[in-house]
Amino acid sequence: MLDLTAAALAQKIREGEVSSHEAAEAANHRVEEVEDRIHALLTPTPEIALERAGRVDERLRNGGIKPWEGVPLVVKDVLSTKGIRTTCGSKILDDFTPLYDASALVNFGEDLVLIGKTNMDEFAMGSSTENSAYGPTRNPWDLGRVPGGSSGGSAAAVAAGEGWWALGTDTGGSVRQPAALCGIVGLKPTYGRVSRYGLIAFGSSLDCIGPMTRDVRDSALLLQAIAGHDSLDSTSANAEVPDYLADLEGGVSGLKVGVVKELMDERIDAGVRGVVENVVGGLEEAGAEVGEVSLPHAYYALEAYYIIAPAEISSNLSRFDGVRFGLRETADGVHEMYRRTRERGFGDEAKRRIMLGTYALSSGYYDAYYSQAQKVRTRMIRDFRDALSRYDVLISPTAPSVAFEIGAKSDDPLAMYLQDICAVPASLAGIPAISVPGGLSEGLPVGVQLMSDHFTEPMLLRAARAAEEVSGFAFSQRP
Amino acid sequence: MQTREERTYQAVIGLEFHVHLATTTKMFCGCRLVYGDEPNTHTCPVCLGHPGTLPVINEKAIELGVMAGLALNCDVAERAVFARKNYFYPDLPKGYQISQFDEPICNGGHLDVPVGDETVRVGITRLHLEEDAAKNVHVGVSGRMHGSVGSMVDFNRGGTPLMEIVTEPDIPSPEAARAAANHLKEIMRAIGVSEADMEKGQLRCDANVSIRNPDGSFGTKTELKNMNSFRFVERGLARELERQQGILDSGGTVAQTTLHYDPETDEVHELRSKEFAHDYRYFPEPDLLPLELSEAWVREIESRMPELPDAMRARFVEDYGLSPYDAGVLTADRDLAVYYEAVAAEVDPKQAANWISGDLRSLLNESGEEVSNSKASPERMIELICLVRDGAISRSAARDVIGRVFETGDSPTAIVEREGLASVGGDELSGVIEEVIAANPDEVGRVKVGDKKVMGFLIGQVMKATRGNADGGRAREILLQKLDS
Repeated sequence: MLDLTAAALAQKIREGEVSSHEAAEAANHRVEEVEDRIHALLTPTPEIALERAGRVDERLRNGGIKPWEGVPLVVKDVLSTKGIRTTCGSKILDDFTPLYDASALVNFGEDLVLIGKTNMDEFAMGSSTENSAYGPTRNPWDLGRVPGGSSGGSAAAVAAGEGWWALGTDTGGSVRQPAALCGIVGLKPTYGRVSRYGLIAFGSSLDCIGPMTRDVRDSALLLQAIAGHDSLDSTSANAEVPDYLADLEGGVSGLKVGVVKELMDERIDAGVRGVVENVVGGLEEAGAEVGEVSLPHAYYALEAYYIIAPAEISSNLSRFDGVRFGLRETADGVHEMYRRTRERGFGDEAKRRIMLGTYALSSGYYDAYYSQAQKVRTRMIRDFRDALSRYDVLISPTAPSVAFEIGAKSDDPLAMYLQDICAVPASLAGIPAISVPGGLSEGLPVGVQLMSDHFTEPMLLRAARAAEEVSGFAFSQRP
Repeated sequence: MQTREERTYQAVIGLEFHVHLATTTKMFCGCRLVYGDEPNTHTCPVCLGHPGTLPVINEKAIELGVMAGLALNCDVAERAVFARKNYFYPDLPKGYQISQFDEPICNGGHLDVPVGDETVRVGITRLHLEEDAAKNVHVGVSGRMHGSVGSMVDFNRGGTPLMEIVTEPDIPSPEAARAAANHLKEIMRAIGVSEADMEKGQLRCDANVSIRNPDGSFGTKTELKNMNSFRFVERGLARELERQQGILDSGGTVAQTTLHYDPETDEVHELRSKEFAHDYRYFPEPDLLPLELSEAWVREIESRMPELPDAMRARFVEDYGLSPYDAGVLTADRDLAVYYEAVAAEVDPKQAANWISGDLRSLLNESGEEVSNSKASPERMIELICLVRDGAISRSAARDVIGRVFETGDSPTAIVEREGLASVGGDELSGVIEEVIAANPDEVGRVKVGDKKVMGFLIGQVMKATRGNADGGRAREILLQKLDS
């Protein structure tokens, strides 16, 4: 059962061949088996999983369930779960229990078979999960290496078989990069496709909830489960949700695929480029028209991102002030209480970004930094519009390297930020992007990123499915 | 004549109003707005700023904001943007207030404020929408944070739709500032945008105040806060202007600062400048899309707007022939205006205005009753005015009658009959006048040679003889007839 994809397991559950309860037991067992070594979960929820799985089984007997229900899931600890501790990987929310479920989870169904809440870089800021206040997660492919981040817990959990699939969040690559480093599929949908209500905000104008799965079909199925308009999120798109599975096997014949020149330069490891080129070659053989495309402002995207995202987080983290919930340090006077609470509650990276963002928004610097970054963002959107008027799908590496060793970049924030160079352009433009395992380099998985225009996920998933096919990479759990 | 000092000390005042909008729910969540309920009974994860929650704009608040802007002759923006104003305070759950910054919902405009017999035009700089903060309750002697032993927060008020209206600095006196505040309240109430009750904090007012330099340029301004009644607006500003004058008289310079008016001591106190040294780091609220306000929607709102006090005042002058003053008095309160129009439709509008703006209004003021609940209904008022018009009762008797009607709600005709207040008229009055002529031959002689002043004395004698139950005008008419013949 543990070797099945989520879609295959869902099928067996609906056909009564396997119960959701049995699947939850298997996942719980796997958690016990590997969690000591992986540390993907901050809060395992084995009893909740069994109880809910039982209810799914009962509902199945009494009528029916949605096509994705009953398959055990892990959820990044940045999504609000009613009655279940939600920390965001931060000490400041160590004992925080939300009053409501995130809308994406509500969409999924009434009995989410939750195996646990996954580890993450604090408030989703990082590319290695080393910024978690609760210790790093280890990459199931090599326990000495990072799983990527910030959704490293979700990626590692899926790769290790602690649940069949996961939800992560992606602000500047936080679903795609860990998916790439852990050899799984990670999709960042179009901004607004999935409600952000209940996603504890990092960069509000960038944050997307996305599926992290064993293969592209699972990704399509999980997106089907969580997508949709939400009256509680004004930025959620009021657009019909298409059938993401219908055309999945349609192939790439006649599809125009553009390789992004700026994301294939010497900043990318040669081994990674090799894997991407191999997949591109495979797509061409499968009938795609391949060419090279330029996104001139991609060189500035990372800089713009590291103004906009910190600006937003500096404001978004203000509510963690010790007044109503979470950590509160005692002090004489409210300002001293704020200072001590936030000093103790936030880790270094959170503090660094609060300072960056506060600076960028400060009077006298706003025009030079925040406004300028927004202009770059507009240029980036224009670049994509031009490129996507000529190509259906753009292709690049997901990350510039394979998984690196724990501690290798933790003292060098800039080196860590460079992990996002390939992921950030799509984030700034709000377009969908998916990372598919393309093969191995140095014995470790390499992700290939595919990007397409707003709300064209059906085509993107179809191209990703073809890339998956030509890569020859098949999921198998580790270690 | 103006003295040199008065010319030198020309006040320059700009006001900033905060007005609670009369919506049933909060600005960005569905919590109900109820004033005075148990603390923290109208809250939800959104207005408590819980992690992961998002704001959703209350459309009704936008509509009321547009209405207010139209009433203040503003340009309604085609596109408006909410922005975050970042600062830390326990009454601000998210650590930022969702407000508007460089793209407010309305720009420009003016308010024509009646000040005494004149009208002062006060420019409106901008109007924007935001959410109100919650309410900090400090436990301790002072009731303020400083020196308190503990603080609690009531989030019922947190997230109330709030409209900020900023005027140009063209208010010339504390009196005019008070009148402007009062007039703004009238308008907000008239169009149903807000109850604008200062006591409930639904209308709050801060001021920027300076004294114009001798060369006409603006002096250094100070900011005055906490003037939480119309009276305190005027008094607080007067105190602050005195303070600034004192500084200038002694050769000093006014420092830019923020002050707080203390009505207990009738003094202004400087607040620690640190408390207001904020850099709010405004940026566009990424959780909300820009507002697109279509011309058609704005026109549709405009078509539903009730008549504004200014327009109603002009109409009362035009249609009913009232003085601007009377029209102003009658339109200052929307219910009083409705009352007046009901009466003026049936009787002489000027007579109606006299009775309503005079006697009825003072009765209302004394009793504190609302005109809409008064036992002296428009029907009773019409009846009373008809009795006077027909000479059935005298004017002075009618004054008594209206008092009785106000207390009892009885019909004026019934009161007149019961109390024996019927006018001395017809033959009876003629007889009394003949008696008066006979009793005062000297005075009658002086009238006949043209000394009209003596007429007053003779009429007074008639009124005395009828114990006031005679119509003075009618008495004068009969008297002149008899003296001519």
